[in-house]
Amino acid sequence: MIIAEQKPLEEIFKLLQGHERILVAGCRSCVAICLAGGEKEVGVLAEALRLRAALAQLPWQVDEATVERQCEKEWVSELAPLLKGKDAVLSIACGVGAQTIQAMYPQVRVLPGLNTSNMGAPEEAGVFMEKCGGCGDCVLHLTGGICPIVRCAKSLLNGPCGGSQDGKCEISPEVPCAWDQIYRSLEGLGRLELLEEPIPPKNWMPSRSGGPRKVVRPEAVMTEEQKRQKGVRP
Amino acid sequence: MRVVGFICGHGAEGAFDQAGERRIQYSPDVMLIMMPCAGRVDVLHILRAFREGADAAFVGCCLEGNCHHVYGNIEARKRVEQAQGILESVGLGARRLEIFHLASNQAWKVPQLTEEMLSRVQELGPNPLGARA
Repeated sequence: MIIAEQKPLEEIFKLLQGHERILVAGCRSCVAICLAGGEKEVGVLAEALRLRAALAQLPWQVDEATVERQCEKEWVSELAPLLKGKDAVLSIACGVGAQTIQAMYPQVRVLPGLNTSNMGAPEEAGVFMEKCGGCGDCVLHLTGGICPIVRCAKSLLNGPCGGSQDGKCEISPEVPCAWDQIYRSLEGLGRLELLEEPIPPKNWMPSRSGGPRKVVRPEAVMTEEQKRQKGVRP
Repeated sequence: MRVVGFICGHGAEGAFDQAGERRIQYSPDVMLIMMPCAGRVDVLHILRAFREGADAAFVGCCLEGNCHHVYGNIEARKRVEQAQGILESVGLGARRLEIFHLASNQAWKVPQLTEEMLSRVQELGPNPLGARA
């Protein structure tokens, strides 16, 4: 899932300067799980904005809505009736959600209420950890199911480095050394022999250096005729 | 002056009831809202109270380690802290909100905590929204 956190309220107030009719738009998917942009957070943020508006005598009229997934056009189309007359949408989904709304409704300014951080998972209640770097060339089968790209501070493919002490990384005594974890995981799996073979330099071509990445599933792609028949949005 | 108290139906409500039975005086400016548990108090409830013009608010809950619902008072504290952050950001000030722990036999705490909130309002001034609400 995508992990995000709300921008400081003071920053959000600045973003909204000059706007009057505002829709706070949340998402019930990843950002609801990481307690940043679900229905609950939309309610609290909208109320905070109303309170601020009343105190500072700002002309903000704040409405709220939460869709199932703000990254999919089908769900975002539910916002259409709520956007009438609005001059700003404060999206508290990830950056993908904010961009989807902006692409579908170019006449309304979309403002990001969250800072999108990473791809991760809940570690425990209220604690979310980055787990995947989205490098496009997965090596988890060689590393005991632990991503060295994002969980090792140096993204080492053949670790650990000299900064590994008592299972912790030199960057912080609270951060586990990914390569220590990899060793223990492979030990538990009875696959320590995987460490005998150095992992060769990774193919970084599918990573982020070549512009926005595109994944195509040919079996799911509709022909132009199908799109016309089904009324698919361009 | 208006102070809203969200009080849990176990510890705090008992203390306020007992204060009444014993004729222990506390300010009539305090308006109480009974909650099934302080853990049910939501940031939204607190913010709404201030938008409706409350000058101050408090959450009254069981003593720590003695919550009828085990963790309700711990949850309440987290929400109070979250709401305090928001109140600070919107310009009302975090000190208008507080959490108090009291057992049902601690009626003597009632005038203390209500006076504490009223004195904070004296110090901070009224909620500007109070006159407009």
